[in-house]
Amino acid sequence: MSGFKKNAAGLTAFALLVLVLPYLLPNEYYVNTLIFAFLNAIIVVGLNLLMGYAGQISLGHGAFYGLGAYTSAIATATYGLPMGAGLVLGIAVAVVAAYLIGIPTLKLTGHYLAMATLGIGVIAYIFFNQTIELTGGPNGFTGIPRLKLFGYEFESDLSYYYLVGGVLTLVVLFSLNLIDSKLGRALRAIHTSEKAAQVSGIDIARFKLFIFVLSAAFAGFAGVLYAHYLGFVAPSSFGFHFSVTLIVMSVLGGMANVWGGVAGAVFLTVLPEFLRAFEDIESIIYGGILIVCVMFLPEGIAGGITKLTGFRPGGRKADAEK
Amino acid sequence: MELSSYLQFFISGLTVGSAYGLTALGFTIIFNTTGVINFAQGEFVMIGGMLSVFLVRLPGIDLLPAILLAVAITTAIGALIERFTIRPVKNASVINLIIITIGVSILARGLAMLWWGKDTFALPHFSGITPINILGAFILPQSLWILAITLTLLVILKVFFTHTIFGKGMLACSFDRKAAWLVGIGVEKMVLFSFMISAFVGAVGGAILAPITMTSFDVGILLGLKGFAACIVGGLGNPFGAAAGGLILGVLESFGAGLVSSAYKDAITFIILLLLLFIKPSGLFGRADTERV
Repeated sequence: MSGFKKNAAGLTAFALLVLVLPYLLPNEYYVNTLIFAFLNAIIVVGLNLLMGYAGQISLGHGAFYGLGAYTSAIATATYGLPMGAGLVLGIAVAVVAAYLIGIPTLKLTGHYLAMATLGIGVIAYIFFNQTIELTGGPNGFTGIPRLKLFGYEFESDLSYYYLVGGVLTLVVLFSLNLIDSKLGRALRAIHTSEKAAQVSGIDIARFKLFIFVLSAAFAGFAGVLYAHYLGFVAPSSFGFHFSVTLIVMSVLGGMANVWGGVAGAVFLTVLPEFLRAFEDIESIIYGGILIVCVMFLPEGIAGGITKLTGFRPGGRKADAEK
Repeated sequence: MELSSYLQFFISGLTVGSAYGLTALGFTIIFNTTGVINFAQGEFVMIGGMLSVFLVRLPGIDLLPAILLAVAITTAIGALIERFTIRPVKNASVINLIIITIGVSILARGLAMLWWGKDTFALPHFSGITPINILGAFILPQSLWILAITLTLLVILKVFFTHTIFGKGMLACSFDRKAAWLVGIGVEKMVLFSFMISAFVGAVGGAILAPITMTSFDVGILLGLKGFAACIVGGLGNPFGAAAGGLILGVLESFGAGLVSSAYKDAITFIILLLLLFIKPSGLFGRADTERV
């Protein structure tokens, strides 16, 4: 309960912000941008758990996002399954894929998971492009129905915004509690020293696998919500570029900080709306952020704020204090 | 299918495999001295190829000087990357080093796109494009160049690592950095050298391959990935295993594309990579080693 109390203020504030935000925005278009920002945030919060707490990196989360999106799209549009089944299948496929990759690679050192996930990203991208009968290939998959759960269809952008905002809030709540749980402490121990953690009886491979699969589940969930919001999916949304974008969001916000992940995702999703020349210099900005953040601001925006003000927005104790 | 087709697949596999092998060699050299997997390794190949293309277009520069200059500039870039992004954070965790090199790689890609645009470019072939007929298979002279240069580089590196004081010093770092430092080897200097040699090897690979496979600002991603896959095939940390791994992957990919499906050509490498990680993560030529605490 103490964990919940500690995070309650932050969560309540966040939920209120999500609630009133649409009324503060000048027009409906920004609601649409925020939906994408929140979807990215759902994935990045999972990626943060993996990178910041389990100390592992995935360069293929775009693939899990895509697997969720395509699976649910195909299940509902091609095979006419009910929406609930599409949702469950979408997450399940992402989870199974992550589980199968995670078993061999998480036993090895950090480099192997990085490359294996990069490989999975490339394979998934080729697969989305080539299985034209199933996925529509490079032209994309059209005619995906709007999300409808328990008889309610989330038809307006505003209703979808509240749905995605609600899911994000729950994902954040779940993640914060996870970090304060026994498992979270084990993960932090792994991050500090794998050997020490192992010696004190923590099953490293199993914990890392759990977090990896969980982060893939978040990505799959976000993918399902994405597909049924846009009504159209194409392989280019789930490629290597998107996977790297997710990492940039996570690093910018602060890897070992749940709120940092949300901030990084929202900031980088909204940024292109304000930078007209963004497309041309995107890679340079992203590359610069990665290098500068890791070298000078290893805890991202969230860590920077913590250092400046001494206020800790729901993250773990700053590394600098040890 | 006839023998000549198989020979054709084999030779073109070796040609592309040389590029993978050279990239893998670059990975290994840096990994051995620093324990870092340099995700920007593929960008060295890209920079080497692209610089060659653009230097040769300048008036008064022939192909050979253009390539030599491109390789020299890329080597200098390798030194700058080590000096300004790797050395300042030498005690960083593995994940942070991975992120930094990813940052360097997308920064390099972004700058290349800004300078040279998104088009695909080709370098002139070194000695014409009249194919040579060997047992019914047609082989471009460039393929022979690629194989010969790759083999020469391998021999030079072998001599460097086993017969020169610098090479031995770098090998010493790969065995035990602290011990190397204690016996008076300048570890920082060795790390700098390892980045320069990696950049050099990558740039040579980029320049010799550019006539056949073309080059563009984004070739580094896939080449880097396949180079790493080659490292895993050969056993991470084993330079000649890495080069052999590259050739093996190239040949498998070529046969896969020819006999199974060219659409899935790039997937073949990664399926092999994942299978190998499942079954024998120490690589084909590596022994399963126990990690020291």
